[in-house]
Amino acid sequence: MEEYMEREDIIKKLESDLESIKTKNDLQTIKASYLGKNGIVTNLSLKMKEIPNEEKKEYGKFLNLIKEEVTTKLNDKEQELDKMLLDMKLNNEKIDITLPSRRSLKGSIHPMTRIVEELEDLFVSMGYDVISGPEIDTDMNSFTKLNLPEGHPARDAQDTFYLDKDYLLRPHTSPAQVRTMEANKDKTPLRIVCPGKVYRRDDDATHSHQFMQFEGLVIGEDISLADLKGTLELFAKKLLGEKTNVRFRPSYFPFTEPSCEVDVTCFKCGGKGCSLCKQTGWIEVLGAGVVHPNVLRMSGYDPEKYTGFAFGPGIDRFAMFKYGITDIRQIYTNDIRFLEQFDRKDVD
Amino acid sequence: MKLSTKFLKDYVDVPVDYQELADRMTSIGNEYDSASPLIPATDLVIGEVLECKPHPDSDHLHVTLVDIGTEKLQIVCGAPNVKEGIKVIVAKPGAVLPEVTIKKSVIRGVESNGMLCALFELGLDKKYLHEEDINGICILGKDAKVGDDPIKYLGLDDEVIDFELTSNRGDLLSILGMAYEVGAIYGNPVKEMDTTFKEEGEDINKSFKVKVNTKDCTLFLAKSVKDVVIKESPNFIKERLIASGIRPINNVVDISNYVMLETGQPLHFYDADTLGGELEVRNAKEGEKLTTLDKNERVLSDDIVISSHGKAIGLAGVMGGLDTEITNNTKNIIIESAIFNNVKIRMTSKKILRSEASNRFEKGIDPNRTYLAIERCCNLLEKYADAKIQTGLVIFDQENKDDKEIEITFDKINKVLGLEVPHEEVIKIFKNLQFEVKENKDTLKVKVPSRRIDISIKEDLIEEVGRFYGLENIVGKLPTVPLKPGKFNKTLREIKHKMANLGLNECLSYALIRESEFPYFQTDVKEMVKVLDPMTEDHAVMRYSLLSSLMNIYTYNKSRGINDIHIFEMGNGFYKENNEYKEEMKLAALLSGEYKLGFETIKFNFYDIKGILEDLLDFLGFKDRYTLEVTDLPKELHPYQSASIILNGKNIGIIGKINPAFNKDDIYVMEISVSKLLENRVKGITVSEISKYPTILKDVAFILDKDIVASNVLKEIKRLGGKLLKDIQIFDYYVGDKIDSNKKSLAFKLTFNDMNRTLTDDEVMEIFDKIIKGIESKFKAQVRDK
Repeated sequence: MEEYMEREDIIKKLESDLESIKTKNDLQTIKASYLGKNGIVTNLSLKMKEIPNEEKKEYGKFLNLIKEEVTTKLNDKEQELDKMLLDMKLNNEKIDITLPSRRSLKGSIHPMTRIVEELEDLFVSMGYDVISGPEIDTDMNSFTKLNLPEGHPARDAQDTFYLDKDYLLRPHTSPAQVRTMEANKDKTPLRIVCPGKVYRRDDDATHSHQFMQFEGLVIGEDISLADLKGTLELFAKKLLGEKTNVRFRPSYFPFTEPSCEVDVTCFKCGGKGCSLCKQTGWIEVLGAGVVHPNVLRMSGYDPEKYTGFAFGPGIDRFAMFKYGITDIRQIYTNDIRFLEQFDRKDVD
Repeated sequence: MKLSTKFLKDYVDVPVDYQELADRMTSIGNEYDSASPLIPATDLVIGEVLECKPHPDSDHLHVTLVDIGTEKLQIVCGAPNVKEGIKVIVAKPGAVLPEVTIKKSVIRGVESNGMLCALFELGLDKKYLHEEDINGICILGKDAKVGDDPIKYLGLDDEVIDFELTSNRGDLLSILGMAYEVGAIYGNPVKEMDTTFKEEGEDINKSFKVKVNTKDCTLFLAKSVKDVVIKESPNFIKERLIASGIRPINNVVDISNYVMLETGQPLHFYDADTLGGELEVRNAKEGEKLTTLDKNERVLSDDIVISSHGKAIGLAGVMGGLDTEITNNTKNIIIESAIFNNVKIRMTSKKILRSEASNRFEKGIDPNRTYLAIERCCNLLEKYADAKIQTGLVIFDQENKDDKEIEITFDKINKVLGLEVPHEEVIKIFKNLQFEVKENKDTLKVKVPSRRIDISIKEDLIEEVGRFYGLENIVGKLPTVPLKPGKFNKTLREIKHKMANLGLNECLSYALIRESEFPYFQTDVKEMVKVLDPMTEDHAVMRYSLLSSLMNIYTYNKSRGINDIHIFEMGNGFYKENNEYKEEMKLAALLSGEYKLGFETIKFNFYDIKGILEDLLDFLGFKDRYTLEVTDLPKELHPYQSASIILNGKNIGIIGKINPAFNKDDIYVMEISVSKLLENRVKGITVSEISKYPTILKDVAFILDKDIVASNVLKEIKRLGGKLLKDIQIFDYYVGDKIDSNKKSLAFKLTFNDMNRTLTDDEVMEIFDKIIKGIESKFKAQVRDK
């Protein structure tokens, strides 16, 4: 009985020893005072040799029990201490997560690039090739081969920047039509769009002498005005929203016959009538039509076999509408405070 | 083209009001700019001045009592010509005039209940009015009935639709043309024009000759008219001219304008007594002189002229000469009705004067109208100028006046329009246009009268069907075409997006710049591309370098207090070489100011712009293929903080700091030729195997002379390290107190590895020592801190 009493005392003492400690060093000291040289438990083990043989088995059991108990208590304490220390460390590492972050420099993509890319994606998805023509082109490609012979009254409306008698800054992206048709030696069907800068001698609040156009041309068998309308409906809905409608009005362009002015539902009032659309509910956005047989013929296509449609909107105002830009000059002024607002993706 | 609806109704019935007509015309392709009554004023009434007394408190105002039928109004009037007993135009209180709304008021203590009006106050342009109508109120005739509408009384009850016609519709520059167009809308016939007159005297051909010695005149008619009496035109002519925007002058001049408006054929009247017995049509001699109606002496070149006795007396189709013009003393007239080459007329009128006549010649004339106009003119001169029309007509005529016959199928019409227009509808449209149609199964033979100069091929006829049937009936669909993938240049797009991802804002600026900016950022200045007729000095030549644009953007923003600027632009640079115009795709970037990294504020320096260049080129697959070399620097760049960018031995661009002599701010720029860059092929990504064996890292720092450039040291280390040295990074650069002032320290981290085995320390140390010894001896370097 005596030895059991002693065991309980040891545990009690251990418990009271452990209670007050705060560091791992203290724990080590206590651990040594039980399990180390001269430790209480170690000393008990040394007593084994004094124990009579018949009691040795019993005493061994007692020793194992107490060692186990002491070790468990010490380990528990160690874990408790570890946790406490970790908590302290974490607590010390507390930061203010609301302070400013470390970010890389932010850039942006210009609104006109965005409109061009959006339109390119739409037309590429329908199998159109994106063509880029030169900005300096010939009078021949820009006018004559588009059925505007020299002296044609419609040439006046173009107000072109000439470089010499043969070369000019393209006043529209239409020379790309001519170039593509001529380059296509087999005279097979075509589907192209050509975005790019164009230049006209024109500068006021709503016109700038340089702007972006987005030419489209389809040549094939039995291409009709209905095909043109469906295509432009897609175009308009993509840029101006699903509720946008398209209206054709007959007009005249030398390169198309029949020709039409294309109106879209007023993007300011949604068609109800406002100051922008002069109460009509419609806004004129582009000219289009069925490619004139002379244009096809001059570029080597047989107008008896093929028909086509072409359209050529200036797209600056689409950017103005989409992004709420009120003055066209902002597009070309490059005020950083304007550009910086285009630092995120568009809504799909 | 200002269309008077009254004038129009002389020739066709219009079943709708002017506003509806304007809208319907727009729907068939004839847009209008404005549509309004000729006199846009309300609440006007004819009144009689019963009393007229001086205003007690004014030296020029009068107090009148005016009877307007329903009541008598006291009205204060300031006009000098107001007096008792006259009939006047009264604007009642509430009347809205173009400039003013009339209210009851008190003028210098006297009540005034309306206004007595002058014609210009009703919205009639002063240019149409006589002096007395401008200086005073309008005094109506004695027959004017008190209480009636004064506008109706004056015959000014007209409406004007101002059309913006497309350039192919020259035929609509005439009342007749408009009548056919409007008639086609409503299925109404065009009324016949009165062209009857009596002839007398000897045939003109016996005494008068016309010689046409130019191919620029294809039809020339001359008619003789005698004993005209010059006076004021009848009201209906004056009113129709005013509504059409033409100032009435006298009956003879007015009739020539009136007939031009009706028929679209400009006419010219010569005072016959100033001419000899013949006229010649020819091209002017270079430098030939002519004094035109407006008393200006014109120096001519190849313009078409009418000449008499070898001397130019008129600029054909544009303006007559002073010497032969109609005056108040003119008695005898030669009428010219002709067709001149439209391109020539356009050229001359651009130089001299755009007129109603030249505009019509430019757009083209129906040769049948050339004859019609002469006849109509004789009719009116006989009636309103007491003229004696002389027998015969001088004719030079090379024009084809026949109808054009065009064959077309119903199928073709519907295929092009994408519509199913019923056959009878197609036929009705042509019939309403007064085109003769013959139907043969699926084919139509359409006879198009010469007045429709815009129609010559079947597509033109398809357009007519589309216009009148209504393009709004087309239902959109997508083309039925074979499937194929669409192509676009993805690389150019990715370059822009990479630049934006690297933190730069994309700009879009004008390609036309100042001539003085052209040479900037060029070493061998290219030949510039200039526009012939620039709008402003600011936009006179095409840029070659985009950097001048970016510098302007920098200055613009800086002047608005924005100092941190990181921008780029991609676009073409233009130049001329061997007489050919060249375009080159370029990419330019500019950094200035500072950026924030958390709490750290970092000033941009050369290594930021270099980093952007390298990130871009590496991204495009050019890693390790380019170098920076301090050669060929333009003077706009700092000579010791700039370089040329060399790829495969070719200079593709520049990078560096702006020379303080050019701009004293710290600005860093780069520009590369994307065209030249993309001429180089890039291989696709193929993965290299990853070593399974451990790598060994060694660090070493060298103290070197300041002038030794890091890339040379790197190159040497790489050579010495052989194939086991996989990577070298410069991880520290130091100049300062701890070393000599003419020295710098560069620290390298070397990575050793082999694909097939674990390297031993000994073999790595052997290479490492070899590198150290090699660098020490080649560059007179010392290992630092060893």
